[in-house]
Formats: sequence, C-alpha cells, structure tokens
Amino acid sequence: MNTANAWRADFPALSQEINGQPLTYLDSAASAQQPQAVIDAVARYQREDHANVHRGVHTLSHRATDLYEGARDKLAKFINAGSRSELVLTSGTTESINLVAQSYCRPLLQLGDQVLITWLEHHSNIVPWQLVCEQTGAELIVAPINDDGDVLLDELFDLMGERVRMLAIGHVSNALGTVNPLDKIIQQAREKGIPVLVDGAQGVPHMPVDVAALDCDFYAFSGHKMFGPTGTGVLWGREALLEQMPPYKGGGDMILEVSFDNTVFNELPYKFEAGTPNISGTIGLGAAVDYLQNIGMQRIHEHESALHSYMVEKLSAVDGIRRVGQATSQASVQSFMLDDIHPHDLGTILDHQGVAIRTGHHCAMPVMQSFGLPGTARASLGLYNQPEDVDRLVAALEKAKQIFA
Amino acid sequence: MSEDATEMQDLYRELILDHARQPRNFKRLADATHSAEGINPLCGDKLHLYLVVDQDKITEISFQGSGCAISMASASLLTETVAERSVADAVACVTTVTRRLTTGKEEASATFDLGKLRALDGVTQYPSRVKCATLAWHALRAALNQAGAPATTE
Repeated sequence: MNTANAWRADFPALSQEINGQPLTYLDSAASAQQPQAVIDAVARYQREDHANVHRGVHTLSHRATDLYEGARDKLAKFINAGSRSELVLTSGTTESINLVAQSYCRPLLQLGDQVLITWLEHHSNIVPWQLVCEQTGAELIVAPINDDGDVLLDELFDLMGERVRMLAIGHVSNALGTVNPLDKIIQQAREKGIPVLVDGAQGVPHMPVDVAALDCDFYAFSGHKMFGPTGTGVLWGREALLEQMPPYKGGGDMILEVSFDNTVFNELPYKFEAGTPNISGTIGLGAAVDYLQNIGMQRIHEHESALHSYMVEKLSAVDGIRRVGQATSQASVQSFMLDDIHPHDLGTILDHQGVAIRTGHHCAMPVMQSFGLPGTARASLGLYNQPEDVDRLVAALEKAKQIFA
Repeated sequence: MSEDATEMQDLYRELILDHARQPRNFKRLADATHSAEGINPLCGDKLHLYLVVDQDKITEISFQGSGCAISMASASLLTETVAERSVADAVACVTTVTRRLTTGKEEASATFDLGKLRALDGVTQYPSRVKCATLAWHALRAALNQAGAPATTE
C-alpha cells in the first residue's frame, strides 16, 4: 500500500520522539491531534481578536463574533444542516446528548415510556438516558449485539415498540469500531414514529456526514475527535424539535429580555447557549472544518478504510492476537487482546516503544462485559496515520510477547 | 539487548512476572474474619483480600481477582509479606510500601525490610501504573480498618 501521507506533516505533535522512538499515535478515538492550522487559528484569535461575543459594539467584539459565528456556518455546511439555527454549539458530545435528554425527553417522558439504546454505546450515550429515566419513571431498554460486535437488527426493530420515545444510537462504536447501518435503522424508526439521536463522536472524523440524508432528528459530535480543540462540540437538531424544547441552561446570551416576572428566551440556536461560550475553541474547530474540507472527507474515508484493512490483516497475522470486534463494517478502531497479557501491561510496554494506544474499558463497560473482558487494547486511526504506524504497532506487540514469554 | 528492553525489564522483573503468572495464596478463605475489595476504576483491576486475624495476628491471608501483572504480583507479594505479622506490623508495612511506591523513598524508621518488594521499584517511573501496585495495599488497610466500602485508588 502507498506509504506516503502528506497530511502527517501538518500535525506538529506527530514529529516528536517518545522514549527515544518516533511517536506512533494510534489513539485518535480518544482524542485526535491538531493540525497547525487549528493551532494558528486559536493563537491568532487569542493574540488579536479576543473579546466577548454577541455583546459589545466595539471592534474586537465584532471580530470575535464574526469568527465564532463563522465557525457555526462552517459546521452547519460540513454536516449539511438545513439552517445555521439548527446548529447548537456545546462543550462536546456529552453535553449535546444531555441537552436532548433533559430538554427534549424529560418534559415528554411518562411513567412506562421507554428510551431505546444498544449494547454498543459509550457511557455518554447511556448515563444521560438513565438519569432522565430515573427522573420520569421511564425505562431504558437495550438492543443486544452479537460476538462480532454487530447490533442484532431484528432484536432492535422488535424493541421499537409503541412506548419508545427515543432511539439513541452511535454512528461508530468507539470500543469496537462497528459502523451501524444507520440508513436501515433510521428508516425503521421513522416508520414507527420514533425520534432518533445519533452519537456521531466517532463518525464525523472519519467519513462524510450528511444529516439531511441520514434523516435522523439529532446528531451530536465533539470537536477534539475531529482535530479541533477540547471543550467544543455540536448538537444538530431538527428546527421544529429544537423550537418546542425549553432551554437547558439559564444565563446570559440565551435571553431576549429579562425581568423578575418573566424572561423572553432568545431565538434558536442561542436559546441553548447560556453564558460565555468556548470562543477560541470553537474558532479552532471552524479551522479544523476548513482543514478537513480542503482534503475532502471522502478521500479521508478511503485512506482510513484501506489503512484499517491493512491493520486488521497485520494484527491478525500476529500469533496470539484475538480481535475483539469484527463487525461487518468497521471504521478507525480495532480492539484486541494479546495472549493473556493484561491490556495495561501492553499499554505500558508499547508506550515504551513510542506507540500510543488506549487500554481499558474505553468508557463502554457494558460492551466489555458482553465479551467477558475487563478491558481491551485499542488501536485507532486518524487521517495522519500511515502503514508504517501499523508496522510499528506490530513490532511493539512482538516485543511485548518476548517480555511476557 | 537494546536499552529500552532493559528499562522495560526493570518494570517487568522476573520476580514480578513469576508472581503474576502464579500468584501465591490465590484463593478464597471461607473462614475469613476480615476482608476487603480493591478496585482500580482506571484499569478495571479488581481484587478481594481475605484475612484470618487471631488475637491481633494475621494467621492466614489470601486474595482473588483479576488485573494487570503489576497489580497481581503486588497482591501476591503482599500475602507473603504480611502473613504471620501482627495487625500493627501489617499497618506499618502498608505505610512503608505505599510511600516507597509513590515517592520512591524509604523511611529511615521503617520497621521491616522491603526485601522482595523492591522488585516493584520499577513502577515509580510509571506514574499511571503506581496505582496498580498500591491497590492491594490500600485494600489491606481497608480490611484491617474493616471500613466496609471497597478501597479504590481514586
């Protein structure tokens, strides 16, 4: 396979050595590195344009507002949102999902209603629903997966009963890399009148996402998984649904008029954005969108798909490897066990050779339980990875085997 | 041997690997008078210590659980270290060992020789792994205090 990766040089963090070895970063599913363009955009804003947004009449406030709102426009276009007012800026996927649970579901849920998720979900697509179910007397129901890490579609469809008020499902599993067949799932939910929230944290960085084509109702994602700063994220929602939802947090910027008797809330999307937002981070996220758009998400998807296949092939050839998660369609991620070496021992030994992977439960304890494992080792790819990274991973695994032989 | 392999073997010394592969006193004690659970939420290491304390002396000690090589070896070494000691002695061991593991220092006033436990010294270079090594010792303290709630490393 073609070993050149011209994009890699755009990411300054990747040119360093760790423990005397070139950094091999295979932990983008936890957090992706940032290109120079993002770092520069944040620094330029901090240096020259910083002021609060939506408030002042002075020049810096105008500039900050233009940059911040410009990022919103870029993000809206990036996922093909119907309008910018459907694009709520949040601190990340976690806040986006909590917003929907508390603002959309909580007023709606009655005793005996159900919220449907799957066994694949990240804790941030489990716990917010548990909380709202406790608050309302609704029930959280969970669609099973098979040993490959695919959601059992028949079971999922059977669970879509009359009392289900929300289906919340990941686009791509962070623990197993499973790409869910969202088209089929959302179509089925639509036919049954069930709103769908997609946790897109692991989808957006790796493939083109078009919320209009997906036909979901909410799509949540994080900035730092898509090469932007931490503490940034998006909730996209259908305008008609967002309109009917009450504010989630109270404070400045989400109001039109406040008196002690009554407050008139601001229009969408500002109704959900109380307080001074993460201005610099969001501007950085806007730069990340520009960076990704310049390359093209389809190209990134093709590069990563080929690299993922190469990783699967190379890992499978290592004696003693057990691939955890072999779903029909996978993106970015491969979880695995090596002999009976505990994932944390593996993580330390690999780090020693400059190879950064994630080890543990990946904030998806139920997935690990379904495989009877306390955790796994997980290698995950970003656009900047190349076959050499996979080769270094495999060499480091061989060394771990020697130590534990 | 390359330099990094040598350094790695400073953490995964033969004694550690041996105790991780074949942990000593790895069983449940049905007649335990004291017990405690240790959980390291970061790693998912989980172990259960069982003690028989008779007239202020630890007459039997064992553990069960699953976790990384460091946590298992440390627990195994712990059972060898504190068996037949008085409760006060065992508590002093906990203090000496956890201090050694977290700071790399040894107390001048230490009442016992670290002996084999020096094999765990390598972890002081790995901040994220210190908790794996101290887990069993936190559990021992909890068992002797009979605190009830599981000991955690957080």
